[in-house]
Amino acid sequence: MGLFEKFKQGLKKTAQFLNTDIRDIFKGEGRLVDDAFLEEVFEMLVRTDMGIEASKELVADIRESFRARVVQMEEILARIKEKLKVLLAQPAAPIRFAESGPTVIMVAGVNGCGKTTSIAKLSQMFIADGKKVVLGAADTFRAAAVEQLTIWAGRLGAEIVTGPSGSDPASVAHRAVAKTLESGAEVCIIDTAGRLQTQQGLMQQLTKIHRVLGKQISAAPHEVLLVLDATTGQNGISQAKHFTEAVNCTGLILAKLDGTAKGGVVVAIRQQVGLPVKYVGVGEKAEDLALFEPDSFVDALFEDMAGR
Amino acid sequence: MFESLQQNLSSALRSLTGRGILTEANMREGLRQVQMALLEADVSLPVVKDFMATIGQAAVGERILKSLNPTQQLTYVVHQELINLMGPVDHSLHFRGEVSVLMLCGLQGSGKTTTCGKLGRLIKTRGRQPLLVAADLQRPAAIQQLQVLGEQLGIPVYADLNAKDPVTLCQAAVRQAKAQGANTVILDTAGRLHVDAELMDQLTQIDRRIGPDQVYLVVDAMTGQDAVNSAKAFNEALELDGVIMTKLDGDARGGAALSVKAVTGVPIKFVGTGEHLDSIEEFHPDRMAGRILGMGDVVTLVEQAQEKFDKEEMEKQQARLQKGQFTLVDFKKMLGQVGKLGPLQKVMGMIPGMGSLTQMMGDTDAEGEMTRLVGIIDSMTPAERENPTKVIDPSRRRRIAAGAGVQPHEINELVKQFDGMAGIMKKMASMGIMERMKTVRQLQQGGMLNPSARLQSKGDTGKRLTKQERDKLKKKKEREERKKKREDRDKKNKPDDKNKPDDKNKPDDKDKPNDK
Repeated sequence: MGLFEKFKQGLKKTAQFLNTDIRDIFKGEGRLVDDAFLEEVFEMLVRTDMGIEASKELVADIRESFRARVVQMEEILARIKEKLKVLLAQPAAPIRFAESGPTVIMVAGVNGCGKTTSIAKLSQMFIADGKKVVLGAADTFRAAAVEQLTIWAGRLGAEIVTGPSGSDPASVAHRAVAKTLESGAEVCIIDTAGRLQTQQGLMQQLTKIHRVLGKQISAAPHEVLLVLDATTGQNGISQAKHFTEAVNCTGLILAKLDGTAKGGVVVAIRQQVGLPVKYVGVGEKAEDLALFEPDSFVDALFEDMAGR
Repeated sequence: MFESLQQNLSSALRSLTGRGILTEANMREGLRQVQMALLEADVSLPVVKDFMATIGQAAVGERILKSLNPTQQLTYVVHQELINLMGPVDHSLHFRGEVSVLMLCGLQGSGKTTTCGKLGRLIKTRGRQPLLVAADLQRPAAIQQLQVLGEQLGIPVYADLNAKDPVTLCQAAVRQAKAQGANTVILDTAGRLHVDAELMDQLTQIDRRIGPDQVYLVVDAMTGQDAVNSAKAFNEALELDGVIMTKLDGDARGGAALSVKAVTGVPIKFVGTGEHLDSIEEFHPDRMAGRILGMGDVVTLVEQAQEKFDKEEMEKQQARLQKGQFTLVDFKKMLGQVGKLGPLQKVMGMIPGMGSLTQMMGDTDAEGEMTRLVGIIDSMTPAERENPTKVIDPSRRRRIAAGAGVQPHEINELVKQFDGMAGIMKKMASMGIMERMKTVRQLQQGGMLNPSARLQSKGDTGKRLTKQERDKLKKKKEREERKKKREDRDKKNKPDDKNKPDDKNKPDDKDKPNDK
């Protein structure tokens, strides 16, 4: 099943939950682009969680290009999609592997956004590629977080480095890298405790883990992935900003995209923080991780609104 | 945001009020600002539209149009309507006689397990015997997580690592509760998507077989537009009795509270405000309304202050102050108490009118500054802390600076700051409450304009003399010397004129150093 199919499948469910009024806008022989019409387009955009700024910009563009014309739905949507696709365009290769030696990937995010599950999915992907993976369970704070990752490691056949509950996460990270070097594994993934981006002390702790990773391998971590829950609203922007300040994130994993949430906030994040999405999580199983394809994503954003 | 909303409203309405008449058409721009503020706070669109319709009616009503200050009136109406929508509150958990069963459900990662622990603790403090049930058989280690929480709280946890079916597990748990004398069962169900028909069906099964007294939906405060969809689906499947909103300790505006309340119609009972197990509070619509609109939340701040400040410690400090004792040790304790309230910027954000200041502070690292001060104080000897002004000399200053990893001049700044504060503190200890408030106000004004300035200039220590005094003293001395010379010369000229001048001179010499 291709990614687009997966999206479609997810969004078919979505359709049941959305009112039909958006689709009704475009019934008949086309609509006059006036203020009321533009307001409806604005509302359609806001519903994706892309935020007011991005929505306003797109509406302004439609107003300029189509004002006082009678248009078909397809024209307007095509224009919006084109704009978004240009904005979200990015190189295809998601993970920047180390030129020589192991690649270290650090994963961070707020509480409950899906870090551990995303790490399991990443590991599964690397292992399927024939790579050896070491996991560093640096979430020493939350109850049973280490056990959760250990269970995954067992299921997937990855090595895992753990520390006692409440111990310094940076030391676990350090040992995980050491273990990677020692065992000749290709990939090391560091799990971190969930934290809200406003907790300064915890953000500093994250910075410390980041710094420690660079001590044994100078270019490490090669990737710092921020996991973002697709149901997140405008707070996603604040998350992206603060985590990037703390650990210089290189990309996003958009988790839980298999619900009805569209994850449009990544548009605003791309605009304001510049972070690209690398992967999307589309289910609870280890193989439910897909490469982020901007075109399919943008199509999926409006899938339920275009169809008639 | 509330301030900017108010500003936008004022500018939108200013031109209109000039004309004397405020009409629905004129009001539209103001209302649009309100709409944008709500969307920016993640209130779901359908809810915003309904809300705007209600407000629109109120806004063109006589009350606003004829009021002297339409802007204020409109913001008042918006705030009030938000409160109405999110209320009324019902914090009761509706316990029944024998065994009450509470069920928690929600999306993955919304915070069910943590909330389960928090609720268990809360219920226990209210004198009931809770039993936590690990009914999440999906997520790896979810059972262990609840077990660890139960252990930390001293609350029994019902778990079965081999269970396959949550429905039978929950049934067994309720039986177990009766057997062991627990009277409140809290079911921690697995997180699930509202579109997952199979898992939603499982939830209805639990609901039907167990018949929980209360079913609560756990919602992440950061949820965006999708909040309406999931809340609606859960409510249709389960008939919710309440909502618990989590992760409100971040900077999310929490518009989802409004969305969820609007589609489910059930009250929001509690809010989670931190990772620690005591971080659960009753929900207050007025505070939430303020938060959604970006207005300060003083009540919460005061409550937090009361809770976090160590009362005994405060009383001790107060007593010391009244005796006129205030040392660097006390200063450090004060810093520590402020630090307990959380990030300074968050604290400031809760104070109305300080919102913009929070932005101004921007990059200045207030926490870093505080840690630095504490570091300096920690590098001092007890004697230096007791009396920094007198004891610290350049050599000590260098040692302290090296110990704290700062520049020597920073020690001086701290001591100066402390000096100023100590003076004020001592003065304040003897004041009445009104005078005290006045002093604090003056202090704030001075501080705002020139934060690095010394709070109070140092008075005369009695050791040093001013230039005039020194000059005066010098003249006096010279005069005396001249007089002495003159007398010596006279003595030589008239040797027979005995001791009389000497007698006069001696008491004079003695008096001079004391003479002022």
